[in-house]
Amino acid sequence: MLNFIWVFCMLLGIVFALITGEMAAVSDGILSAGKDAVNLALTMAGVVATWSGIMKIAEKGGMISVLSDKLYPLLHILFPAISKKSKAMQYISANFIANFLGLGWAATPAGILAMKELQKYNTKKDTASNAICMFMIVNMSSLQLVTINIIAYRQQYGSANPGEIIGPGIVATLISTLIGVLAGKLLERWWKH
Amino acid sequence: MRFFLYLSDFIIPVTILFIVVFGCLKKINIYDAFIEGAVDGLKTVVDILPTLIGLMVAVAVLRSSGFLAFLTEMLRPLVALTGFPAEVIPLSLMRLVSSSAATGLLMDLFTTYGPDSFIGRIASVMMSCTETVFYTMSVYFTAVKITKTRFTLAGALAANAAGILAAYYITVFLFGRQ
Repeated sequence: MLNFIWVFCMLLGIVFALITGEMAAVSDGILSAGKDAVNLALTMAGVVATWSGIMKIAEKGGMISVLSDKLYPLLHILFPAISKKSKAMQYISANFIANFLGLGWAATPAGILAMKELQKYNTKKDTASNAICMFMIVNMSSLQLVTINIIAYRQQYGSANPGEIIGPGIVATLISTLIGVLAGKLLERWWKH
Repeated sequence: MRFFLYLSDFIIPVTILFIVVFGCLKKINIYDAFIEGAVDGLKTVVDILPTLIGLMVAVAVLRSSGFLAFLTEMLRPLVALTGFPAEVIPLSLMRLVSSSAATGLLMDLFTTYGPDSFIGRIASVMMSCTETVFYTMSVYFTAVKITKTRFTLAGALAANAAGILAAYYITVFLFGRQ
């Protein structure tokens, strides 16, 4: 899948630039994108390492398992194959909670740990299981309840009421997540593993 | 309003405070746990760096070639029929691949139309209910070496399309078209 997307993007972009004469821009774009990615990874390394450390404290101290138990009734509907006390369930909870709070940097380490745990239940290691697909879909359906950075940008650009989008944002987020879950539940019936 | 911005300063430190106090009560070695986690975190970043480079290069090629702008122009008449403002299409597409590029486009819209315009409001709500699908997929799946992602993309696109439509209809419903 990713193989296909990558090849498609590269070929399409380069052939398109050939036609429109934007080769210089593409050349620039390729060179600076590599550098940007490394800069981003450097920033990420600091923040992700910090949050992974904090997450480990929360895990060893038992805080994640307490929160995970509270979320379990909801999570059980999404992941019927994953047991209550499993590490997978705990990391999924940690990822979702970090997402609710808008702690994107804290969500990524927990999310990757959740994937590694879910992978242990998976019988075909190169293929996503139903639980993995569902976890990814919910994760990418946007869970953040209050998008502080958007509100801050609105304020910066002189909005009379920067916070007026909080309510609509929450409703839209609930709708996108609900549709994601429904789509996932429907698709897992038809899509053979 | 002020309360939320104020609250945002508190979220990270207070979350950490809770976690550390909880760990103290359980008498675990907190610093050792932190270091153990940090090592794992660094390994993860190193693992996903090649993916990050690959993805950002592909997005840069698509964007700098002018293809995304071209696609927007192609979609414009089609989208105009539904009443959805065409100005927001580049943002909707970019949002799926790059968070920072999408933020750049959001700033452009705010500068041109203002945050309290119809377009500014839709864009704000949309940014709150969508995610960078391709970036997240490549990072997470690379970390566990899964190449066959089955219905993940379809489900995520359905969720994000629903988010975009919801942003549009809720904005029209609550604020009208101005």
